Amino acid sequence: MSTHEHRNRKSLFDPNIMRRASVDALVKLNPQTMMKNPVMFVVEVGSVLTTILLISDTLRHVGHFGFDLQITLWLWFTVLFANFAEAMAEGRGKAQADALRKAKAETTAFRVGKAGIEEVPSSQLRAGDVVQVVAGQMIPGDGDIIEGVASVDESAITGESAPVIREAGGDRSAVTGGTRVLSDMIKISITSNPGETFLDRMIALVEGAERQKTPNEIALNILLAGLTIIFLLAVVTLQPFAMYSGAPQTVFVLISLLVCLIPTTIGGLLSAIGIAGMDRLVQHNVLATSGRAVEAAGDVNTLLLDKTGTITIGNRQASEFVPAPGVSSGQLADAAQLSSLPDETPEGRSIVVLAKEQYGLRGRELANLNAVFVPFSATTRMSGLDMDGRSIRKGAVDAIANYLQEMGSSLPAEVRASVETIARSGGTPLVVAENGRALGVIHLKDIVKGGMKERFEQLRAMGIRTVMITGDNPLTAAAIAREAGVDDFLAEAKPKDKMDLIKREQAEGKLVAMTGDGTNDAPALAQADVGVAMNSGTQAAKEAGNMVDLDSNPTKLIEIVAIGKQLLMTRGALTTFSISNDVAKYFAIIPAMFAGVFPVLNQLNIMQLHSPESAILSAVIFNALIIVALIPLALRGVSYKAMSAAALLQKNLLVYGLGGIIVPFIGIKAIDLLIVAVHLA
Amino acid sequence: MTTNGWLQIGLFCILILALARPIGTYLTLVFERRRTWLDPIFAPIEKLLYAATGVAPDEEMRWTEYLVSMLMFSAVTAILTYLVERLQGHLPWNPQHLPGVAPDLAWNTAISFTTNTNWQAYTPETTMSYLTQMVGLATHNFWSAAVGLALAIAFIRGIARKEMKTLGNFWVDMTRGILWVLLPLSTLLAVALVSQGVIQNFKPYDTAKLVEAQKVTATGTDGKSTTTDVTTQSIAQGPVASQEAIKMLGTNGGGFFNANSAHPFENPTPFSNLLQMLAIFLIPAGLTVTLGQMTGSPRHGWAVFSAMAVLCLAGVLTAYWAESQPSPLLAGTSQTASATQAGGNMEGKEVRFGIANSALFATVTTDASCGAVNAMHDSFTPLGGMVPLVNILLGEIIFGGVGAGMYGMLIFVILSVFIAGLMVGRTPEYLGKKIEAYDIQMAMLYLLIFPLVILGFAAVAVLSPTLGLSSLTNHGPHGLSEILYAYASATGNNGSAFAGLSANTHWYNATLGIAMFIGRFLMLIPMLAIAGNLAAKKSVPATAGTFPVTTPLFTILLTGVIVIVGALTFFPVLALGPVLEHLLMAAGKSF
Repeated sequence: MSTHEHRNRKSLFDPNIMRRASVDALVKLNPQTMMKNPVMFVVEVGSVLTTILLISDTLRHVGHFGFDLQITLWLWFTVLFANFAEAMAEGRGKAQADALRKAKAETTAFRVGKAGIEEVPSSQLRAGDVVQVVAGQMIPGDGDIIEGVASVDESAITGESAPVIREAGGDRSAVTGGTRVLSDMIKISITSNPGETFLDRMIALVEGAERQKTPNEIALNILLAGLTIIFLLAVVTLQPFAMYSGAPQTVFVLISLLVCLIPTTIGGLLSAIGIAGMDRLVQHNVLATSGRAVEAAGDVNTLLLDKTGTITIGNRQASEFVPAPGVSSGQLADAAQLSSLPDETPEGRSIVVLAKEQYGLRGRELANLNAVFVPFSATTRMSGLDMDGRSIRKGAVDAIANYLQEMGSSLPAEVRASVETIARSGGTPLVVAENGRALGVIHLKDIVKGGMKERFEQLRAMGIRTVMITGDNPLTAAAIAREAGVDDFLAEAKPKDKMDLIKREQAEGKLVAMTGDGTNDAPALAQADVGVAMNSGTQAAKEAGNMVDLDSNPTKLIEIVAIGKQLLMTRGALTTFSISNDVAKYFAIIPAMFAGVFPVLNQLNIMQLHSPESAILSAVIFNALIIVALIPLALRGVSYKAMSAAALLQKNLLVYGLGGIIVPFIGIKAIDLLIVAVHLA
Repeated sequence: MTTNGWLQIGLFCILILALARPIGTYLTLVFERRRTWLDPIFAPIEKLLYAATGVAPDEEMRWTEYLVSMLMFSAVTAILTYLVERLQGHLPWNPQHLPGVAPDLAWNTAISFTTNTNWQAYTPETTMSYLTQMVGLATHNFWSAAVGLALAIAFIRGIARKEMKTLGNFWVDMTRGILWVLLPLSTLLAVALVSQGVIQNFKPYDTAKLVEAQKVTATGTDGKSTTTDVTTQSIAQGPVASQEAIKMLGTNGGGFFNANSAHPFENPTPFSNLLQMLAIFLIPAGLTVTLGQMTGSPRHGWAVFSAMAVLCLAGVLTAYWAESQPSPLLAGTSQTASATQAGGNMEGKEVRFGIANSALFATVTTDASCGAVNAMHDSFTPLGGMVPLVNILLGEIIFGGVGAGMYGMLIFVILSVFIAGLMVGRTPEYLGKKIEAYDIQMAMLYLLIFPLVILGFAAVAVLSPTLGLSSLTNHGPHGLSEILYAYASATGNNGSAFAGLSANTHWYNATLGIAMFIGRFLMLIPMLAIAGNLAAKKSVPATAGTFPVTTPLFTILLTGVIVIVGALTFFPVLALGPVLEHLLMAAGKSF
């Protein structure tokens, strides 16, 4: 959620999008397009039939022109409303694609060749080429920095205006074509060919050009097509039964009945729901390479979360000074602060901060102290300083113990005990010694990000297990896992362990989601069902995963899961609603069809609709308008709070199942009153 | 409606509830080939049968192999029955010297019994010899029920198994179903029925002297009417009890006599009536428990049981209420229940059963695909008669036929899980199995075939004065109900008839035969395809995020889907049939 507010996002119902969608709705009437949606295709065929019949009836001066015309118009509206919904869902993506295309403008690349630097158009770069980019220039293509470090403005892609640091080597080497270098100079090894760049893929994705139906969408479409055939059968055979009963029906009435019964509400909104789900991800600055990945996100059983940066804030912080016997905590704090003054690591700085907060010890200028700084070295594994006869050292317990032994002293048992207590609680102990005497222990603590415990509880309620991945030893890992409230942890984890864990979970039938940025994460990202690569990561990682988070925020995995679930829930809710609607429509149309011949059937007209014509018309109008009324729901998704499946089912069945039965009774009655009032029926 | 009536209905419900678990547990043991106390008797026979027929009992079958075995078996036994019918004149156990059955009727009957329908386009006592009844028909009562049971077990295995390609061995399931389940249960029931007075003999028909001679007037072909005095009556005999027991237990329903369970030799006492109704529901109710046990989710079994029970009770209450209503056509006369009259509609009902037990029997026999009757459904009030009709149109899944009810219900379970499952934010899962496009495709095919056959044939029938309508004795909405009922009964493999339709015509024999065939064999294919597909899937472990299929809420959902998806397809035609007839009757018009 962190940064997407920065971008100037278009609202879902931006007037420009609405205007464009209105035109697209008409274009989509093309039967070849409509055939992809069997339910709405049936409605379109019905509309064509009634239109032809309306014209021929009018020419022959038969039929009820006013009624037949209205039915025909509303049938067309039904199709158009569904097309409009789809076009609306596509609208924001299309607008975004237009903006991205501007970033794709042709630039000049400075290719590093054998004969020195040559100028070539960016479109001629191939994978493997090396280019040089200096401050102020546009990066001509995707690649990894092989030399140098630079600050890069990636706002064209991420919408985030603050520049980011990209440097050769490590996990922050990837740069994207279309972004701008703000300072320094870098050499980039290009990794993509023209037309296959990240920007190209991003444009195609947000525009929905390569959109394919997802597995669940296909299954749902089969269900809807099946229901459509069943109702087609019911309506086609109704005419013989009606003729037998002496009450044959007009084609207008039969098609009205058919269109009302087939699941047009979900049929009309289904693709809009899918597109909007992808769009919601894009609004969160996450790009999914396929809709399948979004669905899989909803199904995830296990989340693998890296400890550092995801569960804890990046660095350890000093939280406590534990003095040795006979040493005051102030003394310890003073020595700790002094030894940390030259230490520019975040841990070192946090010690200075703690000393200031707890003991009011102000930072002292090293230059004024006449001190000699002893930097950390791999052999001593200590750092510290010497000044005015004071020799202060801090380091891991083994290192200090060795140091003391050399000085003919030893580590007191009490200090050892403190060290163990801290380690067991998940902290990292640093022992401080001065002139051969142990002063005490600094407790360095992993700081769990605020609100994580609650989020994990929510995930647990949804049946999702969280596993923390960390390089820490099992003792420390267990303590942090307990504090953060994750379900399980993988300690001393190497990339292979992560991979094995994923495979193990998958063998049990579970779906696994993870984030990663380094090249060594790539195999696991590819293996996971949902692999979210950080945009700041390497190209290999970005290609292995099926999603890329442009904000490079690993915590976002939790939101991605929520978006996946919301997408599936919206589909289910509208399917249930659509099918439940049929009850009321039957009670509107069936009595209307036959009450003319059998007035006793008016007893089934429980809504007390005015006349057979007004009843049928009201049902058809309701059926068309409900599509429009539900477009906001389809685009925004149904409201979603973390709770157990049983609770969710109960809530949604009540709202969309029971509501789906009741709402049309009210809606049809209201429309009936209205059209009678304005003399349309 | 009387207290006595309610008590009898209540007793039936309590007994079914009590019997479900023991019988279901027993079925689990039998089909998981675990130890039962009948092993000492049947295990040697089983071994002998496999040795004699060359069946390798441990060889598992894929769904296609299971299907082919089942179809082959059905084809061979159907042909055998056809031959016995045709040749009965030359075969023993034919004391009445009945001639061979006509080819079209023999074919219709062979299909009817093979498909567990037991639609009877003939009058048994004047058409079928004792040998035909026993070898040709009663054996099918065992076989077709065992086939249904085997299929349901195969389907349950499909749900329960993980990453397996096979569903079991058809021959083993068949054999164990007959030996361990149907034979012992029907023997027990036959003995119990004999104790109530159901006959069991091979005697030629009795001739009884009438207490009061009857004058019968017949009009000859020359147009002259002749009157004869009738002083004796021929009373049919036969091995009734043995056939009666499996007729009920196997939800077959084909009566030894034309009057079926209304006949005093088939169903003499209220107690035999209770036994017969219990026998219909016994195995289907038990199968819900088996479902729960074999899939490792006993509460799911009970959730399915509950949905069935809710729908069953709704049917019984409607039928009992409708049949107990005073007829508006007899307004002004006393029609309340009293010591001297039952109150309500007694037309076509046996006095020894009364309204409550007739309404209950009619509901039970159509909830299941039994089709035995102890009262004439055609004579029910329009709404009372709509209950059996709707039960059949729902697909006979309310407990349902032996096996067939279970797999029909499971199709609806899968559909419910798919429709509402998405609402919990996951792709739908049923007991750990993801429901995907292929499963839905097959489920929709299963659901589509049923109304296609019923509505298709009925629509043609009502349009054709010579083929369809000429068989009607009643017209108007009642005639529509009769035609609809015939095709529903055939397609649903129920076999009960809404009498009043002369079904023994070329048109009805042919189309009803096709309907029976499709209703059984064509619907099996998508069903087994789902089972095979489910068995091969991975199973996702259950978590708090898993769609719950064990709760009362699931029962409500399942019931709702059955009513909305299942029944609404037929709502328009029902509105023109029984509903219209009911409203017209209230307005003083009958048909």
